[in-house]
Amino acid sequence: MSWFLSVFQSSIGKKYIMALSGACLSFFLMAHLAGNTFSFLGKEAYNSYAAHLHSLGGFIHVLEACLALVFLAHILTAILLFIDNLSARPTRYAVSATDRSWSASTMPYTGALILIFLVVHLLNFHFASKMISTADQVKTVLGNPPLGFFYLVALSGLTLHISHGFWSLFQSFGANHPQYNRFLQRGGLSMAVILGALFMLIPLLALTTDGFLQ
Amino acid sequence: MSLINLTLRIWRQSGPEAQGAFHTYESGPISTSMSFLEMLDVLNERLILSGEEAVAFDHDCREGICGMCGSVVNGKPHGPEQKTTLCQLHMRHFKDGDTLVIEPFRSRAFKLVKDLIVDRSAFDAIIAEGGYVSVNTGGTPDANTIPIPNPTAEQALDAAECIGCGACVAACPNASAMLFVGAKVSHLSLLPQGQPERNQRALAMVKKMDKLGFGNCGNEKRCEKACPKGISISNIARLNREFMKAVLFSNEK
Ligand code: HEM
Ligand code: FES
Repeated sequence: MSWFLSVFQSSIGKKYIMALSGACLSFFLMAHLAGNTFSFLGKEAYNSYAAHLHSLGGFIHVLEACLALVFLAHILTAILLFIDNLSARPTRYAVSATDRSWSASTMPYTGALILIFLVVHLLNFHFASKMISTADQVKTVLGNPPLGFFYLVALSGLTLHISHGFWSLFQSFGANHPQYNRFLQRGGLSMAVILGALFMLIPLLALTTDGFLQ
Repeated sequence: MSLINLTLRIWRQSGPEAQGAFHTYESGPISTSMSFLEMLDVLNERLILSGEEAVAFDHDCREGICGMCGSVVNGKPHGPEQKTTLCQLHMRHFKDGDTLVIEPFRSRAFKLVKDLIVDRSAFDAIIAEGGYVSVNTGGTPDANTIPIPNPTAEQALDAAECIGCGACVAACPNASAMLFVGAKVSHLSLLPQGQPERNQRALAMVKKMDKLGFGNCGNEKRCEKACPKGISISNIARLNREFMKAVLFSNEK
């Protein structure tokens, strides 16, 4: 156990935790998106997807518990890293670099935005009263302009976060080779943009199209 | 030869515990053929003549190979040119009337000594933990008795280009030393001579790096951009692999 702790207290150990939990969250995100694309097919398709998911019973609760643990690992390690990195430079530069990467330099802030979003999102759906069908719930929540816009902003933050994260996790795992570096960088960015755009389409449709999920 | 006049805002701090501040100086006419350090020499001669204390800065070879020089110029370690140490940076890269803000490398692990000089002995402490190979004394071995594939030798030599100047730490938003440690671990662990101590090296050097108070790599690549020797972050990826391999598959603790 002390061996385990000392590894994951090291800088590179924490990097592996971020990369491994980030990879798990990315898989979750893709699965979550795949499920939500049923909303584009209409109310019936969407409700039937939701019904199938709930019919998994105990299994889905096990998955949820794992996901919560992964989130916790990712967030707690991120906070530890953020604090340690701040104190690694007690005196700041008078002139700071102006050409920093947008996505990489905002990781802790887009991360925090995602955390707020996560709480709101769970309250909207997971902890909501289940009086109406899932499709109606989506339409009601996302069709409400303040909430719908918040979803759009948060999802832009998520897109920025994963546009760095998808490539970054490979580098953290040690996968860096001229043979595939370009593929990883471009593939990661493209995946992030596609994922973000498809997710954002849902609140956009709910806000603008009356017939969506009807 | 043309002459330019610059405004210099330089960090002055008389000692580690003293309160520091920026002082502004007019450079006077500076030849564009001068190096950055020669420009500071000219300023210092004037300061000495006027009874002021000279600006303290580190330097030694002045030919880009020793790693002693280095300050942050307008937010960039070693100044605006890529793959150039401060001593090899020429004043022709600046324009007449430019203002240059010159600050020391900032990191918890590099204590400020005076003005632009920081104590980078933390790097030496990391090297002492594993940046070496142990070789038994004896007769001189023939050259090429140990076969090394050329691409491997090239990779090791690329990593060995690191002059330990600390610009990677200075440039990193998290003041991480991963590029330095990655270069040193790669350089030795790629070569046959480095194999016996390979696992111990990765573990001990990372442990020391953490203990000395360097930050954590966030894969932002600022180090690679600032490195005067163009050391690639592929060396950080190799360091990550070396460390995890040592943790998971070796007997070293
Ligand atoms: C819930 C709130 C979240 C917070 C507070 C957060 C925070 C962070 C921070 C600070 C980093 C940078 C770590 C470093 O400097 O090395 C990071 C990296 C990363 N995040 Fe998140 N994040 C969150 C959610 C997510 C989600 C939902 C995903 C999934 C799509 C994700 C995927 C990633 C990936 C792939 C990385 C890169 C890992 C690496 O560099 O190896 N994060 N996160
Ligand atoms: S003084 Fe030796 S590298 Fe600049």
